[in-house]
Amino acid sequence: MSSNAPAAPAAKPKLKTSAMIASIAGEGQRTVSAPFGHALVELAGQRPEIVGMTADLGKYTDLHIFAKAFPDRFYQMGMAEQLLFGAAAGLAHEGFMPFATTYAVFASRRAYDFIHQTIAEEDLNVKIACALPGLTSGYGPSHQATEDLALFRAMPNMTVIDPCDAHEIGQAVPVMAAHKGPVYLRLLRGNVPLVLDEYGYRFELGKAKTIRDGRDVLIVSSGIMTMRALEVAAALAADKVDAAVLHVPTIKPLDAETILREAGRTGRMVVVAENHSVIGGLGEAVAGLLLRSGVTPVFRHIGLPDQFLAAGALPTLHDRYGISTAVMTDRIKGWL
Amino acid sequence: MDTNPTGPIGHNPIGHNVDLAERAYRIRRNAVRMGEVQGQGYIAQALDIADVLAVAYFHAMRVRPDDPHWEERDRFLLSNGHYAIALYAALIEAGFIPDEELETYGSDDSRLPMSGMASYTPGMEMSGGSLGLGLSIAVGIGLGLKRKGSASRVYTLFSDGELDEGSVWEAIMSAAHWKLDNLIAVVDVNNQQADGPSTQVMAFEPLVDKLQAFGWFVQRIDGNDLDAVIAAFDAARDHPEQKPRMIVADTKMGCGVPFLEAREKNHFIRVDPEEWQLALEALDAGRTR
Repeated sequence: MSSNAPAAPAAKPKLKTSAMIASIAGEGQRTVSAPFGHALVELAGQRPEIVGMTADLGKYTDLHIFAKAFPDRFYQMGMAEQLLFGAAAGLAHEGFMPFATTYAVFASRRAYDFIHQTIAEEDLNVKIACALPGLTSGYGPSHQATEDLALFRAMPNMTVIDPCDAHEIGQAVPVMAAHKGPVYLRLLRGNVPLVLDEYGYRFELGKAKTIRDGRDVLIVSSGIMTMRALEVAAALAADKVDAAVLHVPTIKPLDAETILREAGRTGRMVVVAENHSVIGGLGEAVAGLLLRSGVTPVFRHIGLPDQFLAAGALPTLHDRYGISTAVMTDRIKGWL
Repeated sequence: MDTNPTGPIGHNPIGHNVDLAERAYRIRRNAVRMGEVQGQGYIAQALDIADVLAVAYFHAMRVRPDDPHWEERDRFLLSNGHYAIALYAALIEAGFIPDEELETYGSDDSRLPMSGMASYTPGMEMSGGSLGLGLSIAVGIGLGLKRKGSASRVYTLFSDGELDEGSVWEAIMSAAHWKLDNLIAVVDVNNQQADGPSTQVMAFEPLVDKLQAFGWFVQRIDGNDLDAVIAAFDAARDHPEQKPRMIVADTKMGCGVPFLEAREKNHFIRVDPEEWQLALEALDAGRTR
């Protein structure tokens, strides 16, 4: 029996429910609706070469906003991800800039060879925006893209972005378009938390940025884990632990200069936190960079275990697999 | 040079059969000479598809060998990348690639790698090798050409073995959905793939019925009968319905070289050094002028 299979319930407690596309926003958190869709519509108004494509997940990747605004520039390719990316390559071949959307699991696992051969090998200008990155669905392994960063990092020519919040997604869309070549975007859709606007943050491709400084520990994070890291830092501050947060939204190419400078500052433990398997993502990218460069701080890694994860409610799963604010805070305290 | 500079799209001034037969002969000859460089390869496929390529490049398509990215060209996607030897043979004959590069085929730093790649070779529009990609790309190019209001067409060649790939059927369904009447696909039914006869590896017949049921305009021809190939390309171009067009071309592996035609396992053949001259002599014997 799989270790993930639950035992039959003895009593009838109030059950936490799972959902395929549960919001990752915390209770009372500020959110923005469909930041990707709205940013794309705004950009497409100025760039007629942009087209939108999806494989039966327009509504679930916020591309329906674009489809409504530009119906004649929207291509519904059916539930056929290989075709989606091959056809996106064809449109890019003809000078268009497709934004092709699906879930991260399907782009990374089902259509990998198509993206590799028809898009990346020819360095075609296709923007791949994929919802449900890492553990942002309680639906089980079929929808939990815990390997997408490892797969797309390993693909030559591919730029990989893991944004934190609505603020960053809105800024990333025009930057992706300005970059010539294929880009993989880990997309947050629906009601997306709004966090980084309060820090005067601005997304720049290939740049890691210190969101918060601190003397005792440096948390290096990407995606939603930066939002968590800021909450962890606030919790640690109550215990007189001064934590810095370095946000690394561009997983590839990695901002080696900033990471080495920040990790090289003496006296700080480095903790990489990522919403991805501990294999092949930001943690191993940073560890490899540090080791190759002879920068060897005390190093810890928070990420998802090398397992098929369970189905369940997201808060339950984030606690279980160690990427909730509470569990992260406790682990870091234990390491100090 | 535009290979058909004066006529309307698809009408080549060269267009009578003796000339095309000579083109097909030279394409076969180029392919055999490239095979000799490596001593082995997908020679039998090059010989079976030479007639289709002769008609495509010297009758049907608008291309400019001195300007491979000419915006008004017809696009040609080689989905079965291992047929690169055949396409190089045609591109050399058409003047995209100088004749002397032929002897670099498959060698280090050559522009003519054994499997076709877009960034290496003038006139190569996609990177093949991984089978089943071409039709999906063709759908995107067909959509893109229509978006631009272009009169150009997208041609794609793929092999019967690729019919095993699910993505091919995704693209077949999609091309009809989008009414891509600017897409002309040719499937080479030589009934040979890596592990044996294609129909035994995976039963794909009745192919015409299947493709028609998927909403395509379908013609099935003897792909080594030049008159039939010309007629099929013309009919594919002129067909009035808003449907994608498929030419199912039954071909003979090794066509034109009897001792290669007779080989039972000819998907990837090794040819003894002295046999290359015999192959060229066999082609010369079958030359029509």
